[in-house]
Amino acid sequence: MQVEEYKPLIVAFCCNWCSYAGADLAGNNRLAYPADVKIIRVPCSCRVNPMFILRAFQRGADGVILCGCHPGDCHYTSGNYFTRRRMALLFSMLDYLGIEKERTRVEWVSAAEGAKFAATMNDFAQTVAKLGKNKRLEDLRCRK
Amino acid sequence: MQKVTREVLLEKAKALLADGTVNRVLGWKKGEFTYDVTPAVFTTVEELDKDFVYGEFCGANFSKYLVKEAKKDGKVLVFLKPCDTYSFNQLLTEHRFDKEKVYAVGIPCDGMVDIDKIKETVSESVLGATRDGDNIVVETLYDGKKTVSREGVLAERCLNCKSKKHVYYDELIGDDGEVLDSNRFDEVEKLEKMSADERYAFWKNELSRCIRCNACRDICPACTCEKCVFGNPNSGVENKAISDSFEEKMFHIIRAFHVAGRCTDCGECSRVCPQHIPLHLLNRKFIKDINSFYGDYQAGEEIGSRAPLVNYTKEDLEPSEAVNKGDE
Repeated sequence: MQVEEYKPLIVAFCCNWCSYAGADLAGNNRLAYPADVKIIRVPCSCRVNPMFILRAFQRGADGVILCGCHPGDCHYTSGNYFTRRRMALLFSMLDYLGIEKERTRVEWVSAAEGAKFAATMNDFAQTVAKLGKNKRLEDLRCRK
Repeated sequence: MQKVTREVLLEKAKALLADGTVNRVLGWKKGEFTYDVTPAVFTTVEELDKDFVYGEFCGANFSKYLVKEAKKDGKVLVFLKPCDTYSFNQLLTEHRFDKEKVYAVGIPCDGMVDIDKIKETVSESVLGATRDGDNIVVETLYDGKKTVSREGVLAERCLNCKSKKHVYYDELIGDDGEVLDSNRFDEVEKLEKMSADERYAFWKNELSRCIRCNACRDICPACTCEKCVFGNPNSGVENKAISDSFEEKMFHIIRAFHVAGRCTDCGECSRVCPQHIPLHLLNRKFIKDINSFYGDYQAGEEIGSRAPLVNYTKEDLEPSEAVNKGDE
């Protein structure tokens, strides 16, 4: 019997104006990134409530990445500055509770950076794959 | 320093009721035992004479009660200890009540006693406890009177008191104190130095005791939303699922996150927790991070100050740098 290779499930929150377009560009350029990256489009990275990130883990994500416009380039002027503060505190808190800090990440990807998007996702998927399944923020009721 | 006793406060309350400055008093009401003191609203002198108490167990922070009290007719008299005034200011900053409807009397405080620490120390059923200088005389059920050191049974938040200075008052009884250098982040630092596995084990042990009674949310002066995310029966997270570690963590992360930057570190959450979970360690982690990432900030210190999470600078730390900062 062949043992199936472990592939982490990754949720990527991408802002509508930069990173989602960046993901599109990666696709148009035929750049490969893992199919287990599930993209959720949000109007702005600032739309992402800390609860969204925890919910993603609850429903079985092994890693959560949040992508937005580069600081200073936000479509709504300042949304990603608030994201930056919020996520810095949230990730620090997750680390404080003993949840592996490699499972969460924030990256700034512009609409022109298709290559960066693919590279980031490849790198992140690799990092999470090394950690294995998410056990510390798992909801047993949601286990498949 | 003028000694603050029940009589001093009672006299003040009666005088203010008599001259019509206020029409009710927010104070501490005696319970069955000396240590189960409850916050209450007194409207007459007779009620005050009968039930008003002040002593070692009057730790309750009245600031949050003002959100509802200040909506009623007439002024209300409230007694505020130094740490309570920070919560008071923070609520004013957030426009949660009108300060014209409140008459705040600042009272000095040299620490409140934790009944659970007393019970633990004497390992007996406790009937009552009174202060005697630097000691607490405890009346026990079977073993007569026992004397314990007051320092040893002080509440955690009082051992690490951050300020004896009132940041708001209409009138002050006694002298005002100073902002203190406290060691309140020592325990947070101790946890930060542990490995991730040890921290995970520590928090699992603490948070698994949570019964989701929501007392920490209900008492918190920063949690004043009229509709709470944890009050929605359709959210699926209103109550605790049986032994589900995700929900414990999620609730506590979100609770602490919602007050991050607005928490004055009054310590009420840990005081009311029936399971003795050190909730202040979560709040203090956020305070410590905010101080180290974005500069020192004390919520409630000044009315109208902008909380760190609704503010930004262009040079802020990246989240990836923030999580690695602890490792340095």
